[in-house]
Amino acid sequence: MDGETIRDLAYLLASVLFIFGLKGLAHPRTAVRGNLTGALGMLIAVVVTLVAGGVLHWTWIIVGLIVGSVIGTVLALRVPMTGMPQMVGLLNGFGGAASFLVAGAELVIKFGGDSVNPHGELQARIAIAASGLIGAVTLFGSLIAAGKLQELRFSWKGRKIWLSSSLLLPGRHVLNALCLAIGLGLCVLVVRNPETAAWYWLLVLAAAVLGVLITIPIGGADMPVVIALLNSYSGLAATATGFVLSNNVLIIAGSLVGASGLILTSIMCKAMNRSLANVMFATLGPTAGGPTADEVYAGRIKATSAEEIAMLFDGVQRVVIVPGYGLAVSQAQHAVRELATLLEARGVEVLYGIHPVAGRMPGHMNVLLAEADIPYDKLKEMDEINSVLPQTDVAIVVGANDVVNPVARTDPSSPIAGMPIIDVDKARTVVVIKRSLSPGFAGIPNPLFALDNTLMFFNDGKKAFDELIAAVKES
Amino acid sequence: MFVLLLTVFVLAVFVGFEIITKVPPTLHTPLMSGSNAISGITVVGALVATGAGEGALATGLGLFAVVFATINVVGGFLVSHRMLGMFRRKG
Repeated sequence: MDGETIRDLAYLLASVLFIFGLKGLAHPRTAVRGNLTGALGMLIAVVVTLVAGGVLHWTWIIVGLIVGSVIGTVLALRVPMTGMPQMVGLLNGFGGAASFLVAGAELVIKFGGDSVNPHGELQARIAIAASGLIGAVTLFGSLIAAGKLQELRFSWKGRKIWLSSSLLLPGRHVLNALCLAIGLGLCVLVVRNPETAAWYWLLVLAAAVLGVLITIPIGGADMPVVIALLNSYSGLAATATGFVLSNNVLIIAGSLVGASGLILTSIMCKAMNRSLANVMFATLGPTAGGPTADEVYAGRIKATSAEEIAMLFDGVQRVVIVPGYGLAVSQAQHAVRELATLLEARGVEVLYGIHPVAGRMPGHMNVLLAEADIPYDKLKEMDEINSVLPQTDVAIVVGANDVVNPVARTDPSSPIAGMPIIDVDKARTVVVIKRSLSPGFAGIPNPLFALDNTLMFFNDGKKAFDELIAAVKES
Repeated sequence: MFVLLLTVFVLAVFVGFEIITKVPPTLHTPLMSGSNAISGITVVGALVATGAGEGALATGLGLFAVVFATINVVGGFLVSHRMLGMFRRKG
């Protein structure tokens, strides 16, 4: 066997290990091993490339590997669990960056010299253009997304503007379309004139602007969709680069990631009962004619205290906690766990109901609660928790709003109509921990707060649980 | 050659859909960071571009690609490992 065959067989082995690795993620018990299996596949692919990939010069490779490993290690070990959405956003972007840089290098290698390949390699040329387009959209879209998740802000004409809000540029649909048309036009130029590298870098520039334009209007609760979509793009970028190099392992690994991101995107969209186009290009807001906050809340809100809630816990059998983004903001996960331990010591069953789009990325709440040592078999999906909520004594909503708004079930004209929600209103008593009556991302009032069986505990998430812990200990 | 690669691509997408639909929502965040690490496979192309000795421009682009892809691979697998270690059955 020659070196090339051995290398390709090693790539096949790496691909198989990636598939086994992802398969391991089907259960928390096997997930750690699955992740290591994937890492082993990557190690094999890298080593065999270095040994049999036609590498002649080592200096810069070693520099690159060391710098990348150090940055990657520092990022991975230092990021707090609450910062995970930004971290994943950044990693998505870096994958895209690597793809368009490799495609740019290949453009130079394949078509840059005097000896332009007479056979033309149409596949490589198209794939280079695709890598440039998808890769740069992924990088710059991800940078904006990560900036939004990090709650960056900037000043514009003396005003402070939060990057995380939905920034709607005037005429943005026209701008998007124009930018996409320019990008596609430049793709054609790259394919027809691969020897002119300037077209490629203009393409990257247009794609960068497009990535920024697409991401910048998206805010708050729609972030899980964007992060999942960019995850998919980073995979597709790797696939495109695989077509540049005619390399199967890139194509396979990229497709797996692309499929994964698409599935997550579709799960997120379904969990909001909105189409992808609606999330990306429409703006969510209260519809005209919906009830105002005053109409919904006036005279019906019952505020409560920690002591009163502690008395509620007397003799209960089941408590369900429903977390939202507010849990992450106030870092209340450890306090939640402490309260749950106290209640469990009294024989109360404590479960957690997690909506698919709670938080800022898929699975965000699960990671935070797992960090606080809450066993994963107590973290219940929406359907499962909805089936036990009618037999639940107390449901505690912390930092969530739209995902528990019963209007989604009852009012077909509301912006969240048809969105599957967690039916906390079916529990005997609902406690809502929230700083004020301000609306959630959808901008509509929540009649849950005004129900007869709802008590409002106006407080910061973490402080509320700390007070509850003290009150339960005293009672 | 192209058709062969396309075949691999289409089949891999189907395999991806089959295995990813079995991942429970509770592991969706580690799934994303782990799949991120896998998409860092571009490092393979970056290594070749850097080490092939095809001039300063190709080497420079390759070097940056190696750095980004390595951050992706190392950061992705490591942060997934950290997260997955927190998922326990009994507290």
